[in-house]
Amino acid sequence: MVGYIVKRFFASLLTMFVLITITFFLMHSIPGGPFSPAEERKVPASVLQKMEEKFGLHEPLHVQYVNYLKNLLQGDLGFSFKQLDVSVNELIAQGFPISAKVGLIAIGLALLIGILLGIVSAIKRGKWADWTAMIFATIGISIPNFVLTVLLMFFFCVMFKLLPTYGLTSWKHYILPVIGLSFGPIAYIARLMRSSMLEVMRQDFILTARAKGVPEYRVIFKHALKNAIIPIVTYLGPLVAAMLTGSFIVERVFSIPGIGRDFVSGIGDRDYSVILGLTVFFGVFIIVMNFIVDILYAIIDKRVKIEE
Amino acid sequence: MHSALNKNGDIVVPRESSLVWHDIPDEEFEKLDQSAKQSEVVLRKSKSYWQDAWSRFRKDPLAMAGLVVIVVITLAAIFGPIFSSYSYEDQNIANQNQSPSLEHWFGTDKFGRDIFVRTLYGARISLTIGFVAAGINLVIGVIYGGISGYFGGKIDMIMMRFVDILYGVPDLLYIILLMMFLGNTLESILIALSLTYWIGTARMVRSQVITLKFQEYTLAAKAIGSSNLRILFKHLIPNSMGPIIVTVTFLVPSAIFSEAFLSFLGIGIQVPMASWGTLVNDAIPSLFTQPYQMLFPAIAISITMFALNFIGDGLRDALDPRLKK
Repeated sequence: MVGYIVKRFFASLLTMFVLITITFFLMHSIPGGPFSPAEERKVPASVLQKMEEKFGLHEPLHVQYVNYLKNLLQGDLGFSFKQLDVSVNELIAQGFPISAKVGLIAIGLALLIGILLGIVSAIKRGKWADWTAMIFATIGISIPNFVLTVLLMFFFCVMFKLLPTYGLTSWKHYILPVIGLSFGPIAYIARLMRSSMLEVMRQDFILTARAKGVPEYRVIFKHALKNAIIPIVTYLGPLVAAMLTGSFIVERVFSIPGIGRDFVSGIGDRDYSVILGLTVFFGVFIIVMNFIVDILYAIIDKRVKIEE
Repeated sequence: MHSALNKNGDIVVPRESSLVWHDIPDEEFEKLDQSAKQSEVVLRKSKSYWQDAWSRFRKDPLAMAGLVVIVVITLAAIFGPIFSSYSYEDQNIANQNQSPSLEHWFGTDKFGRDIFVRTLYGARISLTIGFVAAGINLVIGVIYGGISGYFGGKIDMIMMRFVDILYGVPDLLYIILLMMFLGNTLESILIALSLTYWIGTARMVRSQVITLKFQEYTLAAKAIGSSNLRILFKHLIPNSMGPIIVTVTFLVPSAIFSEAFLSFLGIGIQVPMASWGTLVNDAIPSLFTQPYQMLFPAIAISITMFALNFIGDGLRDALDPRLKK
């Protein structure tokens, strides 16, 4: 077990390093310097030189790379090229709590509803409840999240004028962004849970429990659920990733001041240092989450064969 | 044969009393009716794996509906713009922001461009991206996963570590970075998708090849001196084609989704070209005033995703019945 954790730990570190390296060199090899904007604004050579010195861009690339790694180790993600004196750390400090709040609510909702739907459709297999849940799940998997988010906005904000369109000031503001983020994952979890539940319900120990006269609700919630829920743990990593990419859409459409929106506006403004910094942040965040999930899974499911 | 060898290798002669068939006198035998043989004859032609799969697929109404929808959308995307009097890039300020009418079935956008034609053009681009990206990923994934799984050992370990490293980070982050680097063209989207999506296919192919390479027919092929590459590409890959096709089918909607997502973020296809993603994205500012501009491309993309997912589900059940829920 300890060997497995150590091994996974170093694998994660290596993944982080590769991600940071790829991101750094891609962002620094994009044609056109960060201070040569498309609008043909003439910048005096001396100003350009000063600015390049400020950001350390006058150094050779490998020196910049080493400096970047050194700063990263101290948790410094650098400054924005476009926004005056705004560091990526500040953007994260401001935006991340907001994104995390919406994301956590969405994760909670996705797990709760997805698991419930999966259980219901597994125990009512072939009945109308199963059909309804699975049609819902197919819709959730098929409709892209940005289409769904825009449609939600259209129906609830434009047509019926029930909910606010932008910002994040009252509980009403959370409803649509959270639905937009969690709809796809709910569908995925429901399908996963259904097939896992059906698999478990076929096992002998369920028959034994029923034969002993254990009430049906206890068979389902105590005996079956405990085993059926294990595959859901493997989805937690992708779930966090889905929240992250979903936030690019949802925060943009609903004007939520989170880091997803910062990332998207960074793309729009070609603010390479912000894109670099946020990609590294997102990447490291997800790699850490995957690491935790892997360990969790090995602890929960003793049957997972850990190769030595 | 009325004698046999026992486990010590001695010849065992059965006792006199036991009746052996050649002890029965000939007249005791009776000729069977020849028609009894008929029951042994195979009347129907035996079905190949693919015919069997097709007959299963045909019985799945959702999958067939999906197939029909995709064929119709593909034909409309290829031939539709030819028969329309509008072009996807012609601007007409006099006609801007018109609601859907007989003249313009889906209305016009803020430059007076016909949204129906633009949606059909979007279908061309989105479907091209979906199928070409899936095709490229099929080739890369099969070669990479096949080599890794078949040769095993050190090669496998190195190749799979590399895949594991890439696997840890969401595709979309890589794709966004690559798009920033490559610029907004159709080719760069295809390159970006090709560089990331093959990972899942490669893993799947590898596990298939590993299970198949210990089968007898692989041993037989080796025994008659087939080369490694021949065994891999003539025997192992064709035998794992079912699961491979299923994986690749699901890649088509993912690729279409990724392109639309990129376009939605403003780093996909560039104007005046349009994909479904850019059409939805362009319509957001006018969502409150001209919602139809967003509605039609959004419906088009959703229906396509539905159809492709149904086809994928149907193919999975048809090609790999063991996986059937």
